[in-house]
Amino acid sequence: MESKTIDFERGWDHVYKGIKQLRRILEGLPEPLFTSGEYVMLYSTVYNMCARNPPHNYSQQLYDKYREVLEEYITSTLSPSLRGKRDEFLLRELVKIWVNHKVMVRWLSRFFNYLDRYFVDYRSLPALNEVGMTCFTDLVYREVQTNIKDAAIVLIGKEREGDRIDCSLLKNVLDIFVAVGMGSMERYEDDFEADMLRDTGAYYSRKASSWIEEDSCPEYMLKCEECLKKERDRVFHYLRSSSEVKLIEKVQHELLVTYIDRLLEKEHSGCRALLRDDKADDLSRMYRLYCKIPRGLDPVADIFKQHVTAEGTALVQAIGAASNAPGVQEHVLLRKIIELHCKYMAYVTDCFQNHNLFCNALKDAFKVFCNNTGTDSSSAELLATFCDDILKKGGSEKLSDEAIEETLENAVKLLAYINDRDLFAEFYRKKLARRLLFDRSANDDHERSVLSKLKQQCGEQFTSKMEGMVTDITLSRENHAAFEDYLRSNSAAHPGIDLTVTILTTGFWPSYKPCNLNLPTEMIKCVEVFKGFYETKTKHKKLTWIYSLGTCNLSGMFDQKTIELVVSTHQAAVLMLFNTSDRLSYSEIMDQLNSTHEDLVRLLHSLSCAKYKILSKQPDTKTISRSDYFEFNSKFTNKLRRIKIPLPPVDEKKKIVEDVDKDRRYAIDAAIVRVMKTRKVLGYQQLVSECVEQLSQTFKPDIKAIKKQIEDLITREFLERDEENPNTFKYLA
Amino acid sequence: MPPRASKRKTAPPNSSSVTSSDGRSVFSKTKTKGLGKIDRLFNSYANSSSGEIDPDGIVALCSDLGVDHTDVRILMLAWKLKAAKQGFFTQDEWRTGMKALRVDSLSKLKKVLPELEIEVGKPSNYEDFYAYAFRYCLTEEKQKSLDIESICELLNLVLGAQFRPQVDSLIEYLKVQSDYKVINLDQWKNFLRFVQEISFPDLENYDSGLAWPLILDNFIADFIRTLREP
Repeated sequence: MESKTIDFERGWDHVYKGIKQLRRILEGLPEPLFTSGEYVMLYSTVYNMCARNPPHNYSQQLYDKYREVLEEYITSTLSPSLRGKRDEFLLRELVKIWVNHKVMVRWLSRFFNYLDRYFVDYRSLPALNEVGMTCFTDLVYREVQTNIKDAAIVLIGKEREGDRIDCSLLKNVLDIFVAVGMGSMERYEDDFEADMLRDTGAYYSRKASSWIEEDSCPEYMLKCEECLKKERDRVFHYLRSSSEVKLIEKVQHELLVTYIDRLLEKEHSGCRALLRDDKADDLSRMYRLYCKIPRGLDPVADIFKQHVTAEGTALVQAIGAASNAPGVQEHVLLRKIIELHCKYMAYVTDCFQNHNLFCNALKDAFKVFCNNTGTDSSSAELLATFCDDILKKGGSEKLSDEAIEETLENAVKLLAYINDRDLFAEFYRKKLARRLLFDRSANDDHERSVLSKLKQQCGEQFTSKMEGMVTDITLSRENHAAFEDYLRSNSAAHPGIDLTVTILTTGFWPSYKPCNLNLPTEMIKCVEVFKGFYETKTKHKKLTWIYSLGTCNLSGMFDQKTIELVVSTHQAAVLMLFNTSDRLSYSEIMDQLNSTHEDLVRLLHSLSCAKYKILSKQPDTKTISRSDYFEFNSKFTNKLRRIKIPLPPVDEKKKIVEDVDKDRRYAIDAAIVRVMKTRKVLGYQQLVSECVEQLSQTFKPDIKAIKKQIEDLITREFLERDEENPNTFKYLA
Repeated sequence: MPPRASKRKTAPPNSSSVTSSDGRSVFSKTKTKGLGKIDRLFNSYANSSSGEIDPDGIVALCSDLGVDHTDVRILMLAWKLKAAKQGFFTQDEWRTGMKALRVDSLSKLKKVLPELEIEVGKPSNYEDFYAYAFRYCLTEEKQKSLDIESICELLNLVLGAQFRPQVDSLIEYLKVQSDYKVINLDQWKNFLRFVQEISFPDLENYDSGLAWPLILDNFIADFIRTLREP
């Protein structure tokens, strides 16, 4: 092809012919389509008119002509068809002319393509399709934008009411809004979306105000869920995805936020009622609906907490009021609390997706009623007793291993809600000691499993002593094997009685008061022999004997038959006195035994006034007095060959509480010093709150106790009050 | 405040005079004269063997001043003298105090007592005097607290005139309660703060959530309780 300059008129004439042909095609007239040859010709004509040096460069004129052509096309062909049309018809027509316009622009741009390549950039002018878009916007869009917006919104409204509408039509209309924005979503947002959202808001506001009157909470929620789903579908089908967030927010606001209080508080079907009636599905729905709304779940969690607290408190009161035998009552209470816990934990996990708010609500609720049992015993003690009941022999033999594990696991979970964790530890330790020493533990594995659960929940320090106790028992068994070897190799040293000694590491075990009981000679010999053995093992440790924890098997040579008696060491010491005397008075026994009155009364009672009367007492009253006389009851018999004479334990509750209180004072003292050492100067309220924080793992300290310790530390000159500010304290190094 | 007997560890130095190398007294004539009168006044009450004014001497001084020896003004005097031990004035303390009061005779001392009261009452001095009153009553070397009975007397003496209702109620409570057998300086200081800051008897601005000593929290709780069940 020769590149020669071309005359503008001639060139334009050629191009214009092509344009006219294009218009006829678009009008649907029978016109052949452009062949590729024809197209190339048109393109080249333009090329020749532009790729020239001036004065034969007609780029600017062609650029202007392009616009002219388009404007002419729009005003003569496209716009008129819109006039007089309304609603859906308007929309349809608009889409039709939009399509036509696009085709026109596309083809024209192809013809004039050369301009786009160089001229446009060179002169920083809008590209051809931009020009096309601007023409459409100015001449068509601006005139009809309000009407089409309204028509579109009307259609949406119809769809909301249940009519079927032409979704693809709407989609195409909205595409126009977007296209007109030319890269930005401004036109879509300002000219359509804003009003659409407003209309949506008004629509749902109307609906909500009537639904909230007529519907129950579950019904209302179902409707909400449906509406939200439908709106999302709307976005999917024709709205722009950028509208989704704003749309959903609007709907949620009108349906869920505005009426949240009325909805949740509905008398027979609101949140409280749903909890009461165990409507898990409805509660799950409630969660789903409100979890996306900022702070939407707060009131729900609050109602949940109130409900659980009320249930728990009612439970505690009901069982407190019932007149079962003590012990049974408390066991029942704990079982019921565990059941309650499992029930509402399931809600938290299933309905509320383990959300933090609900976990905390449950925790707070349980903390309220778990600490107030309404009985003499604290909840810490009850829980320890509960565990003891399960772990000791004869406690829960009817339950399967899994059931026991589960119960223990749930019991340990409750510990998190009890303030006096340290008190629990003390009670548990005391009972563990009894189980271990009197061989009352049902199952070693369960014992260990509870300790590991406690360790997990409360930390290593909590269980270190208890674990030490269990280890001691194991070590003692090994030790016993060594002792037996020792006896075998030193037959002269053998005391003549089977002896088992358990060695307890002081510090792990609860403190026991040592006693100065006079033992019978046979036992004294045992003690000596063991001492001898122990010294061969280690010379650095001191043994302190605690006879109150021992057991003894005696053969009681009664007239009818010999019966083996399983008694405590103290009881045995009493009985063996009667090997040398037939009849003894209280004071004689007292002298020979060197016991305390308190202990002796207990001992003699268990042997003469309880179920098995091994000793006969004169006078034969139900209580022990210091003027009584005792004799070996040779007439005693029993169908069993071996009986255990129980010795009821001393009530250590008071002592345990005292010990724990003392420990707490030290702990508070240490905590205050720790905090002040770091902070040097601190206000009173902050000091208190930091101490409470530090101690929270172990117990909930009494504020008064903290104040008292602060004063004590002032007296001991660790702290002083600030001269200027009497509510601030300073650490004295 | 009745003076108490106490054990003194060291004897105070006898009145000293400083002489220059040529033997003449360093003090000027007038000062010697002034000191002389003060010393003479001191000696008229001092115990000749111990060289200081002991409880008997103080009783005599009080009687001459026309003031009961349990009067708070004697305590104020002790404060002015910065007397270290309750019931005793040493010569140094006497000299310092009399000079500070610009007094060298009994009659002048008598006249200056009202001024002394005013001086003590000044806010800048009062806290110091108040704390001094407590320390003055400590008799043992390492003693840090006073028994309840002494505290009650001291409260009455020091604060009774100005804060009669609070002091009466507080003393009543202190005698009845059994949580505390002694009071330390910190608690003592807070009694003053209490009567000064807290409106009585409505106790409207008392907040037990603040760092008031526990004994005051307990007092308030008890007081409110008795108000409800007269």
